[in-house]
Amino acid sequence: MSSEKEPLFSSKNLKLITTPLGAQNPITVQVLGICSALAVTAKLEPSIVMSLSVVFVLVFSNLIISLLRNTIPSRIRIIVQLTVVASLVILVDQILKAFAYEVSKQLSVFVGLIITNCIIMGRLEAFALGNKPWPAVLDGIGNSAGYGLILIIVGFVRELFGTGNLTFPGFGEVQIVPDIMYEWGYVNNGLMILPPMALITVGIIIWVQRSKNKDLVDVS
Amino acid sequence: MENLLNIFVKSIFIENMIFAYFLGMCSYLAVSKTVKTSFGLGVAVIFVLGITVPANYLLENYVLQEGALAWLGEDFANIDLGFLSFIMFIAVIASMVQLVEMIVEKFAPALYTSLGIFLPLIAVNCAILGGSLFMQEREYANIAEASVFGLGSGIGWLLAIVGIAAIREKIRYSDVPAPLRGLGITFIITGLMGIAFMSFMGIQL
Repeated sequence: MSSEKEPLFSSKNLKLITTPLGAQNPITVQVLGICSALAVTAKLEPSIVMSLSVVFVLVFSNLIISLLRNTIPSRIRIIVQLTVVASLVILVDQILKAFAYEVSKQLSVFVGLIITNCIIMGRLEAFALGNKPWPAVLDGIGNSAGYGLILIIVGFVRELFGTGNLTFPGFGEVQIVPDIMYEWGYVNNGLMILPPMALITVGIIIWVQRSKNKDLVDVS
Repeated sequence: MENLLNIFVKSIFIENMIFAYFLGMCSYLAVSKTVKTSFGLGVAVIFVLGITVPANYLLENYVLQEGALAWLGEDFANIDLGFLSFIMFIAVIASMVQLVEMIVEKFAPALYTSLGIFLPLIAVNCAILGGSLFMQEREYANIAEASVFGLGSGIGWLLAIVGIAAIREKIRYSDVPAPLRGLGITFIITGLMGIAFMSFMGIQL
């Protein structure tokens, strides 16, 4: 390390935020954190709330583990990480129950499942344990934003085509497809709300992304 | 008895961990390249779910729930430790997995060599924690129901991963468009399998 101070937003640091949005997206490329990503995306509102929760948990657990990285014995690191993550998730769960009870009912067990979300353990193991706190925070922001991006796209598509409405946190349901379309014979696709369509939507996102970026194509 | 059978069938087919709730997708996608390894992982999941769900059921009902500590005496009757459930469940799961690993290693070395690498991985499999959290949310009446639910969910998970592994072994010889190869086609096939599993919906015994 040079003694010269690196600027907070040097290009190397900015890359930590931008690559997980596209070429290193945690869901479509690294295949992390799919478990909870699909189940909450039937509507837009829970997808947004879930993304925010993951942003909070990932940024702070990355920060804490990175601060502790020189004191954690490597043999018990998994249990230390689980404890840190579980405490943060309990915080999120209690806050959601207090201020957004309806959404926390919709998310049901999936808030708790952030603990075992592979994206968190994956980033802690792969990045926070070997890097300084500030890059670790940026890495947390980047990866959770990449996760949130996919969640919001899937939630948007599924709710729009499934019900014709979109629910925003704080605003409630907004009808997007105009009544006149229904009069002309447009019908909502009820299949979009059912669980299997989440998988197919993500599959199509992967397809589109890989046809744009040939480097990601699986050769095996 | 009928009730138990109902929970069993429901947890295997209708509320399948993978097709209805997408739990354990990470290892489902990563380990489903050959039937043999996916079968090993599936058996390990059944094993661990069958142990941790009843264990966490006892913990939930005799320690964590509001009023669950009443057996300690009058003073404890109003304590609600529910907010601790996540951290307790994950601790129980992690230590159970460790324990199971040691027991299997000691008494069934053949099984250990076949399950070996998968057992530690299971501690952070969403399906395991998910099983315990669903058990908590659905408030099963007794420990038999909870154990049957745990076993059933494990078997459902095994079915799903062995099914996709068999399809992926075959699909290697098909001409899939290059950008869809690997991950993309696996997602779409899982979606189609999920639609097929939805035909079980509404079955009541």
